[in-house]
Amino acid sequence: MISLAGRDILHSWGKFVLTGMGLGLLIGVTLTMAGVYRGMVDDAKVLLTNSGADLWVVQKDTQGPYAESSSIKDDVYRQILGLVGVVRAANVTYLTMQVRHGDKDERTMVVGFEPGQPGEPGYLVAGRRLVRSHYEAIADVKTGFRLGERIRIRRHDYEVVGLTSRMVSSGGDPMVFIPLKDAQEAQFLKDNDAIIGDRARTAANPALNRPGVPGLLDAINASQSSNRNVNAVLVMVAVGTAPDAVAREIRRWKHLEAYTRAQMEDILIAKLIATAARQIGMFLAILVIVSAAIVAFIIYTMTLGKIREIAVLKLIGTHNRTISAMILQQAVGLGLIGFAVGKIAATLWAPAFPKFVLLEPADAISGFVIVMVVCALASTLAIHAALKVDPAEAIGG
Amino acid sequence: MMEPAMESALDKGIHIEGLSKRYGAGDTAVDALKDVNMSVAPGEVIGLVGPSGSGKTTLLKCLGAVIEPTRGRMTLGGEVIYEQGWKIPDLRALRRDRIGFVFQAPYLIPFLDVTDNVALLPMLAGRSNSESRARALELLQTLDVAHRARAQTSELSGGEQQRVSIARALANRPPVILADEPTAPLDSERALAVMRILNQMARQYQTAIIVVTHDEKIIPTFKRIYHIRDGRTVEEAGEGREIS
Repeated sequence: MISLAGRDILHSWGKFVLTGMGLGLLIGVTLTMAGVYRGMVDDAKVLLTNSGADLWVVQKDTQGPYAESSSIKDDVYRQILGLVGVVRAANVTYLTMQVRHGDKDERTMVVGFEPGQPGEPGYLVAGRRLVRSHYEAIADVKTGFRLGERIRIRRHDYEVVGLTSRMVSSGGDPMVFIPLKDAQEAQFLKDNDAIIGDRARTAANPALNRPGVPGLLDAINASQSSNRNVNAVLVMVAVGTAPDAVAREIRRWKHLEAYTRAQMEDILIAKLIATAARQIGMFLAILVIVSAAIVAFIIYTMTLGKIREIAVLKLIGTHNRTISAMILQQAVGLGLIGFAVGKIAATLWAPAFPKFVLLEPADAISGFVIVMVVCALASTLAIHAALKVDPAEAIGG
Repeated sequence: MMEPAMESALDKGIHIEGLSKRYGAGDTAVDALKDVNMSVAPGEVIGLVGPSGSGKTTLLKCLGAVIEPTRGRMTLGGEVIYEQGWKIPDLRALRRDRIGFVFQAPYLIPFLDVTDNVALLPMLAGRSNSESRARALELLQTLDVAHRARAQTSELSGGEQQRVSIARALANRPPVILADEPTAPLDSERALAVMRILNQMARQYQTAIIVVTHDEKIIPTFKRIYHIRDGRTVEEAGEGREIS
């Protein structure tokens, strides 16, 4: 028996392929939306992995440093280094800010870290690591910065000496790594006018500027213009030591919050990007419904265009199941073309997205199954219409 | 009155007695067919003539097992197919294997080529693709359209399309072919060509052919004509003019 669906597709392949391509672009958008979510999750995991930490120590009662602000003193790490099982502990700062690049600003997350300690980028794709104490930077390639270029953070210029990749914040902003001291200054220090103003106000305050205590005003001014805060301490524990146990000790004795890798992953994925995930989930649901409606409409319209032929087929003895199979195969064929176009389109345009889009094979397989099921379900309307066709319509006017 | 030999032959063609069809019920009931009698022998081509609304199409639909008569008796090839209800359980198979249809417009399947349009019926009947195509080619040869065997139906002229539709009607060697205004869209020359083919096929394949028409050009070609008016048929002898 010949394939009626196949012959019909071959007969009007242009219309069929164009329709499939239209559907495919929609499927491509759907796959990309799933890829955006996967990319966000993967970015979060890579961020944690590349930091090289087993524990994140932050301000008590906060979920910092990525989900909310956290501020702790920069000498806390020494106390943590003294705990059993801790091999390394280092200060880090995180601040989302605009970095001046040429004549335009780039939105980035500026990370302050201590070279050779947890918190520095895991690998470089070009250039070198920081060797000077000030005014050198390593940037994620997504910033668009190039080696040797100069960027401006607050009031200082930095030279880009290294490039890394896949280092973005949970918001998708590419990271720029600079020495910790510079980052502390950039994050917490005020501009010159503000410092002068503060000094004048302090000097005018009789409680702080006492004639009988000559060193007091200078000490207060010095404390106002220096910064001893960081956002978190990244901790590496010894092999064989349970991070949970160390985290418990920190919480109990140091009045700080400590998160393990699993807990930090939960904060980043389940809490920080949960709303975005729900948003994407809604988009996916709507796109699936729209795709189903489009397939149903197309197949239904194509079937209505063949009512006379279907009446003739039924009159000359074609089984209903043969006619149903023809419509179903066409819907599935449309889905196959659509999926192929969608997968290719998503693969081609994914790298052009500003945020990382991760197209997982498992998502593609799920997407394929969903497309096939949606197409099969969408064809039922057309099948119902075809089965209602009276063979008598082929006879008479 | 017919001779006994003719009556015997009619038994093997299509034979209907007292066939009636009523649409609706009660005060709104319409009797589309009233005690219609008709016999067509194998190899015979008869005309069914009548004005619009006379019941021609209803009779054709009853004969084609598309709608069920209200009462009467119908035999096909000597087998009773209707008497107080259909006697054949699978009407789809009956239409596929034992009744051929030729329509006013050819109604060929546009996405099948000429050969497959004809071969589709034997395939639906369960014959192999190769056997079905061989039979289709044989019929196309007979009908002088074999040179267009691989063509798409849209590439054929009107006359060629009608010949292909006749080949399709003959594909399963049915004992009866119902032709619904097969010459309506054709000019005189082509209309007579179609009638010549139908007569030739009827003789060659011993098929009873009923041609519903009000085409004055072809009415003189019938040897027997059934006039239908207000649901009743009257038989009369036709001119039986030879088609050159």
